[in-house]
Amino acid sequence: MALREVSGQELAEALNSALPGTVQGFDANVVSVQPSRVNAVAEFLRDDPSQDFQFLNSISAVDYVEYFDLVYHLTSLRQLSTAVFKARIYGREELSVPSVYGIWRGADFQEREIWDLMGIYFNGHPNMKRIMLWEGFEGHPLRKDFL
Amino acid sequence: MTIRTEPMTVNVGPQHPSTHGVFRVRITFDGEDIVEVEPVFGYLHRGSEKLAEERNYVQVVTLTDRLDYTSSMINNQAYCLAVEKLLGVEPPPRAKYLRTLTAELQRIASHLIAVGFFVQELGAFGTPLMYSFRSRERILDLFEMLCGARVTVSYMRPGGVFADAPRDFWPALDRFLEDFEEELGEIERLLLENEILMVRTRGVSPISADVAINCSVSGPVLRASGINWDWRKQEPYDAYDQVQFDVPIGSNGDNYDRFWVRMQEVHQSLRIVRQCIAQIEPGPVRLDLPLVLRPEAGRESYGRVEASKGELAFYLVSDGGISPYRCKIRSPSLINLTIIDHLLVGWKLADMIVSLGSIDINMGEVDR
Repeated sequence: MALREVSGQELAEALNSALPGTVQGFDANVVSVQPSRVNAVAEFLRDDPSQDFQFLNSISAVDYVEYFDLVYHLTSLRQLSTAVFKARIYGREELSVPSVYGIWRGADFQEREIWDLMGIYFNGHPNMKRIMLWEGFEGHPLRKDFL
Repeated sequence: MTIRTEPMTVNVGPQHPSTHGVFRVRITFDGEDIVEVEPVFGYLHRGSEKLAEERNYVQVVTLTDRLDYTSSMINNQAYCLAVEKLLGVEPPPRAKYLRTLTAELQRIASHLIAVGFFVQELGAFGTPLMYSFRSRERILDLFEMLCGARVTVSYMRPGGVFADAPRDFWPALDRFLEDFEEELGEIERLLLENEILMVRTRGVSPISADVAINCSVSGPVLRASGINWDWRKQEPYDAYDQVQFDVPIGSNGDNYDRFWVRMQEVHQSLRIVRQCIAQIEPGPVRLDLPLVLRPEAGRESYGRVEASKGELAFYLVSDGGISPYRCKIRSPSLINLTIIDHLLVGWKLADMIVSLGSIDINMGEVDR
């Protein structure tokens, strides 16, 4: 009863027909989307009956120095499938992407954690504050340049 | 006549004895009713994810012990699966069985703590907790035989387990299983049909299936809301495809169901342990991997297990170096807490601690 991993190509094709211009690339099992359209992509992946990803497993942020990757792992409990999409954000200062809080409430603490430790701000999150560290802490410790 | 009350904000924790570690929550009350909840985290934040970037792949195993310190074995397993995916290797069959067996023993130990504290928070001070700790101690003794440690075990390694079980482990395990059957019966007779427990927990803080899914809840809390979802079934890892077990499902998603699901899972874990003992064959327990692992640059993996609290996953990214470039921990305790306002708002002060206990959080894992 293993889960089906939806391939990057499949996701890219579905997104291209529903939301043209959001896909920036794909590989074997990941599709990369435009960071400013993350919430539109999320809403489509949750609500489209052929995608049906109601469950957000996790949001991870990775600091590659020139850019940050946001990685969204999703599961469809009805279709028994998993999917991954990424959003690549260039730069170091004043980074922000739209929040998916309204789509998957499970993003709540994870987005706050990414803001706290990686310094990527999520627009539209109703309670965008630091979560692990105290307000007033300087810097974002999970970044590669934080020592 | 209705009495108007002024809202009052009370700070619970971080040193409250019943918040399962250093958890703090700011609650606004209207009389006895909870109107607003704000959890405050970070009192046990040790930066495990950052620390992992400074250690080599094998050393990180010791950090995983300290996440959810009541289920170290399962944390080891999740991390090792992630590293194995990264390397593209699979441990030998005997190691898979040893991992499954120890993970299930650990699940029993963890659920015993959850149930013991849950009942303690209802006011049954001491006795049920001591009953469950009595059995848990035996499991920790078994772990001590395997690896010399009781809580921070570090028993598993990428590519297998640290060492084979000593010869006297197996008779000790048999003795434990024999005694535990009776001990579990005692706990169940005491609790399952207990009238006070039922009155206090039935229908309290129900979580609907839709809310649970939308809040990314996993583990016993999700299953108590009636959703048949267990990563051991959906994505079998180690020896879970070789053993038979059922997934207990609740129907109302209330505090009683969350407690009930855990009690039933203990039975299923025992079933798995018995099957592992019957099926395990002699053989190597660890792959011959180099001590310092260097996965290919640019590879990434998402290794997940059904931990005692829910879906525990490690998202690893390699840059070809000796330590993970990024080691993200998807901790079930933190994400299960997303339902805290659904769980508490509108309910009474007296149910607050019980409801918190019913999601079974562990601060080592919430704060990491």
